[in-house]
Amino acid sequence: MKEETQVRHGRLVKRLLLMTAAMFGFGFALVPLYDVFCDITGINGKIPGPRQASSQVLDESREVRVQFITQNNENMSWEFYPLVKEIKVHPGQSVKVEFLARNPAAHAMTGQAVPSVAPSRGADYFHKTECFCFTQQVLEPGEEIRMPVIFVVDTALPKDIRTLTLSYTLFDISKATTIKTKG
Amino acid sequence: MLSRRRLGTSVPLLCLLLHPTTVLAAWEVNMPRGVTDISQNIYSLHMTIFWICVVIAVIVFGVMLWSILFHRKSQGAKPANFHEHTTIEIIWTLIPFAILIAMAIPATATLVDMYDTSDSEVDIKITGYQWKWRYDYLNEEFGFLSNLTTSQDAIYNRLEKSPEYLLEVDEPMVVPINKKIRFLITANDVIHSWWVPELAVKKDAIPGFINEAWTRINEPGIYRGQCAELCGKDHAFMPVVVKAVTEEEYEIWVAERQQKAREEYELRSKEWTLEELMARGEQVYSASCASCHMPDGNGLPPAFPALRGSAIATGDMAKHIDVVLNGVPGTAMQAFRDQLGEIDLAAVITYERNAWGNETGEMVTPLQIMETTEQ
Amino acid sequence: MSAVVDDSHIHEHHGPAKGLGRWLFTTNHKDIGSMYLWFSFSMFLLGGTMAMVIRAELFQPGLQLVDPNFFNQMTTMHGLIMIFGAVMPAFVGLANWMLPMMIGAPDMALPRMNNWSFWILPFAFMLLLSTLFMEGGAPNFGWTSYAPLSTTYGPPSTIFFILSVHMMGVSSIMGAINVIATVLNMRAPGMTLMKMPMFAWAWLITAFLLIAVMPVLAGAITMLLMDIRFGTSFFNAAGGGDPVMYQHIFWFFGHPEVYIMILPAFGIVSHVIPTFARKKLFGYTSMVYAIGSIAFLSFLVWAHHMFTVGMPLAGELFFMYATMLIAVPTGVKVFNWITTMFRGALTFETPMLFACAFVILFSIGGFSGLMLAIAPADFQYHDSYFVVAHFHYVLVPGAVFSIFAAVYYWLPKWTGHMYDEALGKTHFWLSFIGVNLTFFPMHFVGLAGMPRRIPDYALQFADFNQVASIGAFLFGASQFLFLILLIKCVRAGRRASAQVWEGAEGLEWTVPSPAPYHTFTTPPKVV
Repeated sequence: MKEETQVRHGRLVKRLLLMTAAMFGFGFALVPLYDVFCDITGINGKIPGPRQASSQVLDESREVRVQFITQNNENMSWEFYPLVKEIKVHPGQSVKVEFLARNPAAHAMTGQAVPSVAPSRGADYFHKTECFCFTQQVLEPGEEIRMPVIFVVDTALPKDIRTLTLSYTLFDISKATTIKTKG
Repeated sequence: MLSRRRLGTSVPLLCLLLHPTTVLAAWEVNMPRGVTDISQNIYSLHMTIFWICVVIAVIVFGVMLWSILFHRKSQGAKPANFHEHTTIEIIWTLIPFAILIAMAIPATATLVDMYDTSDSEVDIKITGYQWKWRYDYLNEEFGFLSNLTTSQDAIYNRLEKSPEYLLEVDEPMVVPINKKIRFLITANDVIHSWWVPELAVKKDAIPGFINEAWTRINEPGIYRGQCAELCGKDHAFMPVVVKAVTEEEYEIWVAERQQKAREEYELRSKEWTLEELMARGEQVYSASCASCHMPDGNGLPPAFPALRGSAIATGDMAKHIDVVLNGVPGTAMQAFRDQLGEIDLAAVITYERNAWGNETGEMVTPLQIMETTEQ
Repeated sequence: MSAVVDDSHIHEHHGPAKGLGRWLFTTNHKDIGSMYLWFSFSMFLLGGTMAMVIRAELFQPGLQLVDPNFFNQMTTMHGLIMIFGAVMPAFVGLANWMLPMMIGAPDMALPRMNNWSFWILPFAFMLLLSTLFMEGGAPNFGWTSYAPLSTTYGPPSTIFFILSVHMMGVSSIMGAINVIATVLNMRAPGMTLMKMPMFAWAWLITAFLLIAVMPVLAGAITMLLMDIRFGTSFFNAAGGGDPVMYQHIFWFFGHPEVYIMILPAFGIVSHVIPTFARKKLFGYTSMVYAIGSIAFLSFLVWAHHMFTVGMPLAGELFFMYATMLIAVPTGVKVFNWITTMFRGALTFETPMLFACAFVILFSIGGFSGLMLAIAPADFQYHDSYFVVAHFHYVLVPGAVFSIFAAVYYWLPKWTGHMYDEALGKTHFWLSFIGVNLTFFPMHFVGLAGMPRRIPDYALQFADFNQVASIGAFLFGASQFLFLILLIKCVRAGRRASAQVWEGAEGLEWTVPSPAPYHTFTTPPKVV
């Protein structure tokens, strides 16, 4: 009877264990799937869109107000602010703005700026071709730098979006070992 | 502002339980209608779905009650034999389905409206901190922290509680009525959530990301809310206060704040006396430090060390300044250099070095703080 | 249904072992069921004690008894213990006791794995409870454990909490595999799936949900562990991660989890009501389809726990529509139970009292759930006491009442004694009054603006909080009546027949009471 029992259940139990393992893998797969799903559906959270705009045709008929805000995370002590608070641009126009960062501490520090765009449905239409947020920034004690951002607002930006806000949060990653940057 | 609605729930016990501090309490049973078009739309949606549920409940529980009363075996009821009826089952599947579709339409319209943050007239950045809010007026270039002002003594029942217990702050957010106000919401540390029921605005504040919300307030008044996402020890102690005023009053307030910012700037280089710093420092301590380090300086060890008699507050000055300005990584001690101005920093450090018997006689001036931060 | 030949006397010499060893090494589904049930009841009392601490602090405005950090530990542990220690193990215990007998099987499919499934739990919970005594205290970030509060800002005990939840997950998954194998492979000849008792259907589907989502929880908490200990940045924006992603992964588990905690209750009520109405369950087929569609839809609604997080509009709308949709099959089930009662011949012994209360009070919880589904309105409800009221209605007078109903219903079968009916009815009425006094006012304070997870509140919330606390003390105290009743019934009581209840139908009512240690060693034939 015991033999019979084992034979009867073995296959099913193996399948269920496989399903368990697959769902465990699925949980981890949700991490990259999170981004893939956003890409495919065009539903974006707040991450700025691809670095290159699909076209660079200038659309002078519209103006979009682009606002810049900065904040430091937790105890990050750097001075960090945009040199212009907002700027009016035409979709398709390549624009450069600068941010200032200064390390007032007595030791070298590494910072990472993380961008976020509002409204979220406009995020995909905001292209940063160059950004200090693409890399970590190492500043010596007292060092001050100007950091550029070059961006283009896509001409396909929905007409009812007239203001885009680009926010940078500056994190202190001096102690972190593995860094993934996300532009 | 708040509607009093008795939904007929009487509980006799309660009469016995009137308590001095509850004399002012209201038996509120419903959501506020609020003072914006959105809040009133939401209130309507809420009441509509509520009444739909009540009607369904009356019908369904009515049938059940009928059976409980009239289909009892003790009264001689004999059980019927049916156990399926396809037509009825289809009907009572389709009808709720139709009701839901009817409900979804106005709900969708309101949600679309809530997501339209375009063409705002005032932009305010809201940052959630453990455990306070910061408001930065993006058009006006000033900002300030908004701290709970209810004292630890009131919380720990040593003092009477005021009517606005736990809902009062030192610096409310002031906004004009009849103007579209856009909020840009983020957080400094953990996830918080900014909620004002009478504006029907709630949005999570997520570190590293920016969220948007908007409101247009129809009536002047003071509207109070609270943090709505567990954020640590003092989650219950970081309220939101929005003061909505006429456009003229708002312009005056903005001018006053800008003036105040200029004056603060000037005051940094004045000759401060120990007494002046102590007086100001006590206020700063009460607003920004006492919830962890306690009004008496004894803290809540080991998480929140005592300052009274502590090495840091009575020892090396430079080290004390460093701890307050830059925080202590890996602990709950935040860096206050970003949160407090130079005068407040100088005042609170001076206060800590002299209060509760610490008596070092030492003081720090705003200029010294400036030098430290710019060095 | 043909009579069963009781041949247990042939195996008398294989009866239960003696002493502690019996319980440590048993592979018998009845023994294991009993252990699960006693374990869950003790966890219910422990989690309930934490609730008493919470309600005592919330009795008045001001901080009287505990500091805010400890209060947060209490709310966190209360949630974890009730969900993973009380409700889920109780349903597993009921499954263990009853499923083999209901389908005419001699035991569960994998009896030794069954033993391990149980014994993991006391160890897991000892580990979890020990965090209360570690430096920094127990987890204090809510049972939902959102990052970065749980990662960067969590106490040192967090990794032990993660380990203990892993252990609970392994136990649940093994239990679920056992249930599926038993129900699919061991039904008596002639018992097709569509002739299976409703409790078996409910548990079959619940078991699939468990296998689908417990591993996802394991993934989520492993990611927390990796962020805390191994320098990863799943949920840390600095490293390219996203705190909101934790919420998506957690609630992908979390929403099916709440259906895991209610589907077995649906199964139980579908047994109790027909018995005491003396009338067959109305709409068996649609009941099965309803459970199936609820389970399927439960995978599509998770983000309704996140309506204020800043999701794009399209996502928000999708989740609102999907959540509203779940009300339809759930409503169908409620209509079917009531139609079962309609024109029946009703008596109101204690199991029926709990089952009727379930139908009414669970439905109230369902109504508040439908209100929560309306996304724009949810901006006012989210993270307020309105949500606390909703889920306590579906879990306490919902799931917990169904467990009480099941215990009263099957106690005579387990023990051979009728329980004390007067004591049972007293337990019912005190519990009924207690839960309503406790949780109904929470709707009001939530609507009036009181957030959840707070140890202290503004004055306008004081009165209803006082009522809620009194209700909680009443409900808590009443459970000791239940404990007394259980002990009395195990030891003595009026002899119970095999049938026990006049209207009871099913294979489990054809074996003697108490059920012999081994039943259906030869499978019965089902017509």
